[in-house]
Amino acid sequence: MGKVLMKGNEVIAEAAVQAGCNYFFGYPITPQSELVAYMARRLPEVGGLFLQAESEIAAINMVYGAAGTGVRVMTSSSSPGFSLKQEGISYLVGSELPAVVVNIVRGGPGLGNIQPAQSDYFQVTKGGGHGDYNIPVLAPASLQEIVELTSEAFDIADRYRTPVILMGDGMLGQMMEPVEFGERTQPELPEKNWATTGTRGDGQRRIITSLELNAEALETRNEALQKKFARIKENEVRYEIYQTGDADYIMVAFGTVARITMNAIHKARQQGLKVGLIRPISLWPFPEKPFIETRDRVKGYISVEMSAGQMVEDVRLAVNGHAEVDFYGRTGGVVPTQEEIYQKLLSVTGGITV
Amino acid sequence: MTMKTVLKKTNGLTDNPTHYCPGCTHGVIHRLVGEVLEEMDILEDTIGVASVGCSVLSYEYFNCDMTQAAHGRAPAVATGVKRVLPDRFVFTYQGDGDLASIGISEVIHAAARGEKITVIFVNNAIYGMTGGQMAPTTLIGQKTATTPFGRDESIQGSPIKVCEMLATLDGTAYIERVSAHDVPHIQKAKRAIRKAFEAQKKGLGFSMVEILSTCPTNWGLDPFESLEWVKDNMIPAYPLGVYKNKEGGK
Repeated sequence: MGKVLMKGNEVIAEAAVQAGCNYFFGYPITPQSELVAYMARRLPEVGGLFLQAESEIAAINMVYGAAGTGVRVMTSSSSPGFSLKQEGISYLVGSELPAVVVNIVRGGPGLGNIQPAQSDYFQVTKGGGHGDYNIPVLAPASLQEIVELTSEAFDIADRYRTPVILMGDGMLGQMMEPVEFGERTQPELPEKNWATTGTRGDGQRRIITSLELNAEALETRNEALQKKFARIKENEVRYEIYQTGDADYIMVAFGTVARITMNAIHKARQQGLKVGLIRPISLWPFPEKPFIETRDRVKGYISVEMSAGQMVEDVRLAVNGHAEVDFYGRTGGVVPTQEEIYQKLLSVTGGITV
Repeated sequence: MTMKTVLKKTNGLTDNPTHYCPGCTHGVIHRLVGEVLEEMDILEDTIGVASVGCSVLSYEYFNCDMTQAAHGRAPAVATGVKRVLPDRFVFTYQGDGDLASIGISEVIHAAARGEKITVIFVNNAIYGMTGGQMAPTTLIGQKTATTPFGRDESIQGSPIKVCEMLATLDGTAYIERVSAHDVPHIQKAKRAIRKAFEAQKKGLGFSMVEILSTCPTNWGLDPFESLEWVKDNMIPAYPLGVYKNKEGGK
């Protein structure tokens, strides 16, 4: 197919279609609306179905219904709309249904604005809806990485019978880059013998529910869910490290901000500062290993975020008091510049110490 | 002497004993739906969507594949199922709190889209499961846990007539209101449920049967008085009849 110039939102949509997602239920909200529009045009071409729901709540519940039949299904939204989807996401977790939910984050709280932000980090990584749960969250930093992570999101969803969140910021959704859609090989995944498609198949009646009135029985179900989350933690951690081997200081950033931070690191390296980067790709499970491997020999970490300081809490947990953890963040949809991040680096490290 | 079976349990229901209060007509309505699915021979091709409220456990009782939906969202969940599996029968089973209050948006839009699903709407004019609070269908003057002085139109507004409202939408194919308070009406209710599923079979659009039902526990009446209350108070407020029939006729 070669390289094509596409918008981030459209890359997610196309990657989903190529991953076998033939069903999409959505509701327009900026800055992710191109994803919805792309699906409306594209899905009929592959014999799939696009339906614009009357609300984000209805959309996620349509996803719930469709996921229960065993097909690959997706919805997408941006922060205020994503909040509305939390009810349905909690039910998807409780009923163990696979689906992919995209959140192209914008500035908040409330109606906020339509500029890029990462301030939904807590919401996506700490549960978000009611009940004890975690959801795998993938945060690509480039449009090419979106191609890969979107199909992986569907695989993870099917492997563990869980919703998976694909999180980007408004900049990632709106930017254009050349991308290539390669041939994908789907891994072996468990059979969906739990799907409700009518009993004609094998005469077996199936029920999809998250209701369990008996406290002990619900605790047993919750313990099974927790075991599943532990398996996901064991197997689905993704991250990238850059020049952490000799680093005195390590920056931590994900998504768009990681790219800007990388430029600040290049500048610092040119000035002789030994700085590296840990880029979490899975926000949950959070990658603890690169911190455990570096925390006893570095002077400190700096978490850079488009939020008032959310991921920095996970960084502190991973560092566990072994080193200093600093933070730099912009909020309200302000994207930090390379120079700002560089200046923060200078102020934390005390400048060039060669 | 040979014994002749004149009535037996429908295969449309499982053997699970229901949890409904004595005198509540949910059990009767379950049976009607089960009988219709069995008689139409579509049990194996049906996916039911249970709601939240008294009928939350209906997935334990209908002898077909079932999905449990969040409060009010059953029509959206049913939409997701039906759009993936257009050749299956999909129904929701919802009470008035679920359908007419928190889920009014979902049912209106499913009807407006002409979703080829069947909604079984059980109206007992009160929230049952949560303990007898006011529903959108609570009658003017009716005392509930949250209208202890009776529903006052100037404070709580007036009851929502769901059939009348949904019948105005072009996407609806069959809309009828029936009652489960005596045998002739129960037989009529079964015919209405059958017509609704037949409308779905023909792909005509959204179909719904509203069934006036009892809540002896929360009304504070005995089962017999409850049936009388449906006849004397609910039917005048919620007139029975066919509100929409795309194929024409009553």
